[in-house]
Amino acid sequence: MQITSALPIAKMVGSNRVVLGTGIVHVTGDAKLPLKDEKDLRRKLVQQALDALQSNEKQ
Amino acid sequence: MKIVYYVNQFFGGIGAEEHAGAPLEFRDGALGPAKLFEQLMGNDATVTMTIVCGDNHAVEHQDQVTAAVLDKVRASGADLVAAGPCFDAGRYGMAAGAICSAIQRELGIPAITAMHVENPGVDLFREELHIVDSGISIAKMRDIVATMAKLGKKLVARQPVGLPAEEGYISRGLLRDQLGDKTAATRMIDMLIAKMDGEKFDSEMLPNAFAPVPMPARIKDMSKAKLMVITDGGLVPKGNPDKIEGTAATRWGAYNIAGSDDLRSEDYEVSHGGYDTRFVQDDPDRLVPLDALRELEKSGVIGKLHEEFLSTCGRSNPLSNTRRLGREMVEKIKRDGVDAVILTST
Repeated sequence: MQITSALPIAKMVGSNRVVLGTGIVHVTGDAKLPLKDEKDLRRKLVQQALDALQSNEKQ
Repeated sequence: MKIVYYVNQFFGGIGAEEHAGAPLEFRDGALGPAKLFEQLMGNDATVTMTIVCGDNHAVEHQDQVTAAVLDKVRASGADLVAAGPCFDAGRYGMAAGAICSAIQRELGIPAITAMHVENPGVDLFREELHIVDSGISIAKMRDIVATMAKLGKKLVARQPVGLPAEEGYISRGLLRDQLGDKTAATRMIDMLIAKMDGEKFDSEMLPNAFAPVPMPARIKDMSKAKLMVITDGGLVPKGNPDKIEGTAATRWGAYNIAGSDDLRSEDYEVSHGGYDTRFVQDDPDRLVPLDALRELEKSGVIGKLHEEFLSTCGRSNPLSNTRRLGREMVEKIKRDGVDAVILTST
């Protein structure tokens, strides 16, 4: 599966499982958030990634 | 000029699908389409050998077949290798493409083949080979072989090859510098005006075509799975030990994260032009989310996080290159028994 903020590219190349990242410059983070909130956000993104890997649905 | 020709069991006169298991054979002289090719290549051209192989045999034993063909062709002193036309026969196209590609790469002998654009051999070998567009109709055999012969002569003489549409081969997806008499701005406005007027125009940019990728089956039990992280965002250890280029990278690296719960800024750098890398430099977990994954591993959600992450730089990279990097990574993934991969892309 792929975590990316460049969704059109993921679609173009035919990635089957995609989770939208938080930005090109920090795909699995967000520099604007306090560290604790950023870590929570990252945990959520990673959990979504794991969910995608355990599903047969295109996303 | 000496020519070696490759055909499948059908065009080699052995038989149809029931003979697709026919083993590799080397016959003296020209057989089937090779005869026509020899005739169209002119007086000084001789097909000294026709290689015949059943389509199933060629695809199922590709490595052995290719190695045996390379030995024979090396010894033959051929100036040119031709294969097909394969039309829409998928296995024939894959076999002809693999053989032509190996001969060009390993022996430096030019090769020419022909296929229908939707033949899977086109997708695999269009970048490396000149593949004449054969369509699907065997009735056009003479025209197709004539186009192959014309192009084949140019390849042997190392003459410049024109554009795909002029020469009759399938676009290789390559960009080539060329001197024009108008600037890019003028050409663009010309195209725009043509478009507004509903007239025909040829774009200078062609979109790449990507074959659909079948979806791999889901992970049934994540708590037993081995997970790996790959990134194309260019995260590398300080000093960039593998010298991964920040543009059009030709290499990738595997970096150990065993025993680490968090990626620290002072241990890493980012080799990637184009995007502002300061945020990842400040906290590499923003690209390779090790902290979150390690927690999930410790709490048993993930079976095991692989002890290395893989990294390369995806910027401005030709497809032929990224496909190779991908294939190399897949070999490692399989070797290391990884069940699932998270790829983070910038």
